[in-house]
Amino acid sequence: MGKVVLVTGVARQLSGRLVRRVMREPDVDRVIGVDAVPPEHHLGGAEFVRADIRHPMIARVLAEHGVDTVLHMDVSGTLPGKGGRAAVKETNVIGTMQLLGACQKAPTVRRLVVKSTTSVYGSAPRDPAVFTETMPPKSLPRGGFAKDAVEVEGYVRGFARRRPDVAVAVLRFANILGPRTDTPLSEYFALPVLPTVFGYDPRLQFVHEDDVIDVLLLALRDPARGTLNSGTFNVAGDGVLLLSQTARRLGKPTVPVLLPAVTWVAQTLRTAGITDFSPEQIRLLTHGRVVDTTQMRETLGFTPKFTTAGAFCDFARSRGPGLLPPERLARGVDRLAALVPTGGDQT
Amino acid sequence: MADAKVIPFDEDTRSRRGTPRPRGRARTKGDTGPGSPAVPPPLSAVPQTQAGGGGQDGQEDPAPVSAEPQEAPGGSAAQPSLPASVEALTDALGGFADRLLGGLWDRKVAHGLAFLRRRVTGDYEVDDFGYDQELTDQVLMSLLRPLYDQYFRVEVKGIENIPDEGGALVVSNHSGTLPMDGLMMQVAVHDHHPAGRHLRLLAADLVFVLPVVNELARKAGHTLACAEDAQRLLERGEVVGVMPEGFKGLGKPFSERYKLQRFGRGGFVATALKTGVPIVPCSIVGAEEIYPMVGNAKTVARLLGFPYFPVTPTFPWLGPLGMVPLPTKWTIQFGEPIPTDCYAPEAADDPMLVFNLTDQVRETIQHTLYKLLVQRRSVFF
Repeated sequence: MGKVVLVTGVARQLSGRLVRRVMREPDVDRVIGVDAVPPEHHLGGAEFVRADIRHPMIARVLAEHGVDTVLHMDVSGTLPGKGGRAAVKETNVIGTMQLLGACQKAPTVRRLVVKSTTSVYGSAPRDPAVFTETMPPKSLPRGGFAKDAVEVEGYVRGFARRRPDVAVAVLRFANILGPRTDTPLSEYFALPVLPTVFGYDPRLQFVHEDDVIDVLLLALRDPARGTLNSGTFNVAGDGVLLLSQTARRLGKPTVPVLLPAVTWVAQTLRTAGITDFSPEQIRLLTHGRVVDTTQMRETLGFTPKFTTAGAFCDFARSRGPGLLPPERLARGVDRLAALVPTGGDQT
Repeated sequence: MADAKVIPFDEDTRSRRGTPRPRGRARTKGDTGPGSPAVPPPLSAVPQTQAGGGGQDGQEDPAPVSAEPQEAPGGSAAQPSLPASVEALTDALGGFADRLLGGLWDRKVAHGLAFLRRRVTGDYEVDDFGYDQELTDQVLMSLLRPLYDQYFRVEVKGIENIPDEGGALVVSNHSGTLPMDGLMMQVAVHDHHPAGRHLRLLAADLVFVLPVVNELARKAGHTLACAEDAQRLLERGEVVGVMPEGFKGLGKPFSERYKLQRFGRGGFVATALKTGVPIVPCSIVGAEEIYPMVGNAKTVARLLGFPYFPVTPTFPWLGPLGMVPLPTKWTIQFGEPIPTDCYAPEAADDPMLVFNLTDQVRETIQHTLYKLLVQRRSVFF
């Protein structure tokens, strides 16, 4: 790993944890955390620079500290604190442009790691069941965070062309879940009754937040023998969970909503301030998305500790039981089974 | 025809009536003899398994359980102390359950309850494509089997042409207005293949747009007919079923029955060449006549976004009754596999070879169709 590491978006929980882990790496001299708002969590001795990556000031930060490794974590669907969709989009897209511009001008930069998302593939019924990194989506995301991520990746590719001496890694994460996550999806799973789209049972994939930290550290380090950590990689836990399975494992009843009424229900929930359903999230919860992780295993050399089901289980444990805890249902069935005579004496 | 319609309706009502009937008796039984714990079990168990077998969300089931929890620690231990009349009734009901579920019904009930337990707790596995093997084996295939065995009386030939292990691409003709032939082919492979293989069908994108249909299709192991999905499945060593005629074959008029349409662009051959799996040609006779499509309401089809809107002698004139397929006698013949591992994987990029192989497969299926048609005594027997 480089000696001076710059991490953007450190006001987020996950970035904060990552910064603390990077600080413990033996060959790292300094870690500089950048965000527009001061973080509520401590950064484990890392320097915090309050800077908005949308402003050219970020170039000065890079030059002043002689940064050699940049980790861009500030690509996200939500902003810590308040901020409408416009501010989120601006931070994602303009922020990335400014940051990449600054990196291009900074000769010391050797490595760039960008946190992206598998939502760049979109969710559509006419797509293949499993996406690989090279597969272009049939229908590009039309808006929202997914579109931001597509644009961000476009700029990152442009940067990689202009600065071939910089190792660039783009990690496309599946839905991140864990005891501490607060993503729109974890908000959805926190609802007492889960609204689902009638007649659709999407396939979902999750990656545990611990695995996210581990794979980002792996991408920041120099590649191990026989692996390559520059390029684009899907990162997801093994296996697939259906939305109906997640609901049952959480012990939450579902309410199927007809597709034409879904946007209306989402709007009501949004107005009520319960949860923020973006159109892309509705699409994910309708059609689902599964990515192939062969590249992650074979080229990047990373094996996640948690499977999709394991990550979800860890998340579910941290949230407490729902209205219909699976244990109780199981006990109910067991009791029913106890009523059934076992021997063949009845016939 | 009158005969034919009686069969499904009769079955339908029997299975539907079968659920509430035992439950009703269980309730009266519980009222008369609350002190006899061993009596309710077989009664309450029967509807429970059926409910578990049919419905996937078992969220409604804690209610009946909590209604009689005090009877849990009883089991069959109290059996000998039962009054004679109760025992007689139990025997009678055991016999009834025997007839309803076949022999060893109590083991089946236990099995069904274990299935229900896994279902309600979400403790089952699906693969990357959303294939739910347990649900397919236990429920979906059982729902299709009466149609397969009793209604279409499918006769399967040459099932051994599907290899016992490794990938294979089953290529079949497509007909019947509704893709019933694919489902029957799936049951045929599931029930008759000696190695118990599962056919993974490639379905049109329309299937994955429609609500409910897409959910069931994914759970039954179907996936979108695209080269990426087919290749992934074949590389995993699955048996993949494809109908290259697509909607052209499915929605062709009755007058063109058993005339194979163009086989797409031969993408299925290219995929088989890339993965080196054998191609098994499959001919299905009988599916053409289930819904004789005499007309096509193109305007309605365009309005609904469907590739065609069938007009048959009964549909849409008789409404939902017109949806009942004619009870034709089916034959599914799997032909000799055509090996592709003798070519290099790069051969997939050779259009001439791909066209030739496509034609070979098409000819084989067409000839087998003619042969089977000559052998056929009548459409319905």
